[in-house]
Amino acid sequence: MSINFDKALGIHAQALALREKRSEVLASNLVNADTPGYKARDLDFSSVLKQNMPSGLNLSGLNLERTRTNHLAPPELTLGARMMYRNPNQASLDGNTVEAHVEQAKFAENAVQYQASLNFINNSLAGLMMALRGE
Amino acid sequence: MANFNIFDIAGSGMNAQSVRLNLVASNIANANTVSGSLDTVYKSRQPVFASELKNLLDRQKPGSGVNVLGVVESQEPSVAEYAPYHPLADKDGYIYKPNVNTIEEMANMMSASRSYQNNVEVLNTAKELILQTLKMGK
Repeated sequence: MSINFDKALGIHAQALALREKRSEVLASNLVNADTPGYKARDLDFSSVLKQNMPSGLNLSGLNLERTRTNHLAPPELTLGARMMYRNPNQASLDGNTVEAHVEQAKFAENAVQYQASLNFINNSLAGLMMALRGE
Repeated sequence: MANFNIFDIAGSGMNAQSVRLNLVASNIANANTVSGSLDTVYKSRQPVFASELKNLLDRQKPGSGVNVLGVVESQEPSVAEYAPYHPLADKDGYIYKPNVNTIEEMANMMSASRSYQNNVEVLNTAKELILQTLKMGK
């Protein structure tokens, strides 16, 4: 019997990486709250799930070859998650779509979810350790 | 939390907001500086923010910090005031006051300090998460 970390930790290791990237995106939204024309962005987690689905249309997984510079780029992906633009509740006059309260709520939510994933990993590791010790 | 990118992002925001706060201080400090000619009168200074484009195009780094592109002088007309007995008055008897709007500057100051606080919070949260990640499995 061999211990496979991927199997032991499940999806949480990937989730952790994705949460980290999302925290970066949300942080850059907050940082650019005063930048004229900046559009708030977010990672779409459900696009990762769709990509891992066995059947159905899988548009986000297609890799289109771009032979000319004026060819349209495929959707921007980060670790398999699609980068999306936020729809503002109240758009501001300078074209900035960052709403600090929304971004802060999302950031806090993401931090808690990061901690949740971390706890799952920690518990799995504790279980592995217990199994190894055989106490 | 491998490459501490989030620290760079929040740091760039804090830097930008502190530049803005400095300019507000300069504007308010000079709000009552009168001058004898239109050329030498103090003009309100404002920062120009822009997000870092190079990071926006980099898919490995989805976040982008904020850049202070530069500082521009406000194009609003300066205030001319007729004060013939003022020691700085020109030959027509006018002195010139800066185009600083103190109320606007105060609002600017509040906005800058709140944004700064936001960035500090982001930094603190990220630090907590990284410290917890380092303790993983213990």
